[in-house]
Amino acid sequence: MSFLKVEDIHTYYGNIQALKGISLTVEQGECVTLIGSNGAGKSTTLRSISGLTPARTGTITLDGEEITHLPAQEITGKGIAQSPEGRKCFQRMTVRENLELGAYLRRDSSQIQTDLQRVFELFPRLDERQAQKAGTMSGGEQQMLAIGRALMADPKVLLLDEPSMGISPVLTERIYETIAEINQQGMTILLVEQNANFALDVSKRAYVLETGKVAMTDNSDTLRTNPDVQKAYLGT
Amino acid sequence: MSVAASEAQQTPPEQKKGFELPGWAEKILIPAIVLLIAIVLPLIPSIGENAALMQQMAVALAYVVMALGLNIIVGFAGLLDLGYVAFFAFGAFAVGWFASGHFAYVNNEQGIHLLVGGNTVNLPGIHFNFLIVLVIAVILTTIAGMIIGLPTLRLRGDYIAIVTLAFGEIIGRLAVNLDGTTILGGTPVTAGRQGISPVDRIDLPFLDPFTVLDKKPWFYFALFLVVLVLFVNFRLRDSRMGRAWVALREDEIAAVAMGVPAVKTKLMAYGAGAAFGGLSGAYLASLLNTVNADQFQFSFSILVLAMVILGGLGSIWGVVIGAIVLSILNNWLIPDVINDLPSNVGLEFDMTQITFAIYGFLLLLMMILRPQGLLPERRHQMELTEHAETTDETLYTARS
Repeated sequence: MSFLKVEDIHTYYGNIQALKGISLTVEQGECVTLIGSNGAGKSTTLRSISGLTPARTGTITLDGEEITHLPAQEITGKGIAQSPEGRKCFQRMTVRENLELGAYLRRDSSQIQTDLQRVFELFPRLDERQAQKAGTMSGGEQQMLAIGRALMADPKVLLLDEPSMGISPVLTERIYETIAEINQQGMTILLVEQNANFALDVSKRAYVLETGKVAMTDNSDTLRTNPDVQKAYLGT
Repeated sequence: MSVAASEAQQTPPEQKKGFELPGWAEKILIPAIVLLIAIVLPLIPSIGENAALMQQMAVALAYVVMALGLNIIVGFAGLLDLGYVAFFAFGAFAVGWFASGHFAYVNNEQGIHLLVGGNTVNLPGIHFNFLIVLVIAVILTTIAGMIIGLPTLRLRGDYIAIVTLAFGEIIGRLAVNLDGTTILGGTPVTAGRQGISPVDRIDLPFLDPFTVLDKKPWFYFALFLVVLVLFVNFRLRDSRMGRAWVALREDEIAAVAMGVPAVKTKLMAYGAGAAFGGLSGAYLASLLNTVNADQFQFSFSILVLAMVILGGLGSIWGVVIGAIVLSILNNWLIPDVINDLPSNVGLEFDMTQITFAIYGFLLLLMMILRPQGLLPERRHQMELTEHAETTDETLYTARS
């Protein structure tokens, strides 16, 4: 029994079908990557799991419990936290307020403080900028904030949507180092990335999506040496 | 290159802050002083015995309650509501239906009475104690608020405004036209433009019944309502719900991803905002001694919205000031002071005829000189004075 299991989901935006039967699994403590070009359905897969765009058919289970049609806030409550595409930090709130909102559903205030310190240890930049408005930070810093905010929900599974989007290569590297660290601490991570190089480094397995379907799946190292993947997603 | 660019962004210049008081001043000192002044003022004979002035002041306080209610919906939760007058109407009809002789035929023309004293027990119609009527008004308007909330949940921005606008108009039309539909033994639902009048005056336990001549008790009761609503407003703003409203206003997708229940949170905003409108509406109906369809017009929604915008969206003290300023302007300055100005210089119109032109001019001035409102809230201030989105910039620096 896989920890997070997605079975044959079909998701629509209005009449437009974005996912045409995606199935994937993520084991506990594993880091899995979805790669694919624009419009392949990577983000939609994450949005289906987190309930922002629920799947029309198919099933999604977390630790054996079906969550397919639960409202988004209940899915967050079950332990799936997302760092959405484009970061979506609360621009006019401070870093600290953003992080506190990440823990919105939690009531264990002493544990929240511990987790806040943990996020500050992972991202010292955020510690320095606690009182700064999120909107005044650089893209990379906002990405750190979005990941930190998702961690504040104390999730069982962390969904990361394009953490490298619009960020300088140096900061991207730093963020991926942290993602690897979070994974090593035991966090289950499902990662979506267009910039496949970094993503394949930190993940054990990967799925390649094309036009709403899984085109290929394998270990990250194997995929990295696959000529088609190299040509399409690694830019070599 | 990109590293240098992102380094350069690390220390943005300190932004100009909105009007911000130290916590203790905002919470205790200033309210205490203002409250003291408000309590003492009517004790000065030349003010307290001036019934017209006391009436104006009581109306102004009732407007403060309304504006604070709308501020929850528009200022806290960011849901533009152009039909707030509907909640005034429901509050007023709670008085019209449950505290007047309107339904004269109920109970074999004997009337139904609940915890009322004096002569009222002998009158036909339904007569409940005013406190019970207030509870009914709050329940009615909360339900109405949730009903208007439901269809707007799937909408955003301008579309919400249009639905609420229509809702306000529908309630206004119903108030005018339901005078032809009879219930409870032949009484029309509303009295249309003629109005349900008179309605019961406020009669509180342990106090003498309020009278038409002495407006001081009316003023103090309105002051009590303001204090109550202010207290609730501050508690709501600093609560979990308050943070959820702000989060939804800032970014709905992110808020939902954090586990903020969008439906419940928005309905709570409509419900709470509507309840204050109902409270104030019931009070105003009793103070003005009529429940009249002409009161429930679109222009009233705009007046209350203008109070919120003038004071500063989301800023509790700003909205209080905005409500008082516009109330003075609307009920005293324009009709009583400058009304004859044009005719004095030979023009053939009165200032009351161009009230909306004056509002329009004032709002225009505000938008140019102080778009954030008189006493802006911190976050809204930022919205107007800086570009919150740095994404494009960041993308640009990343590429370079």
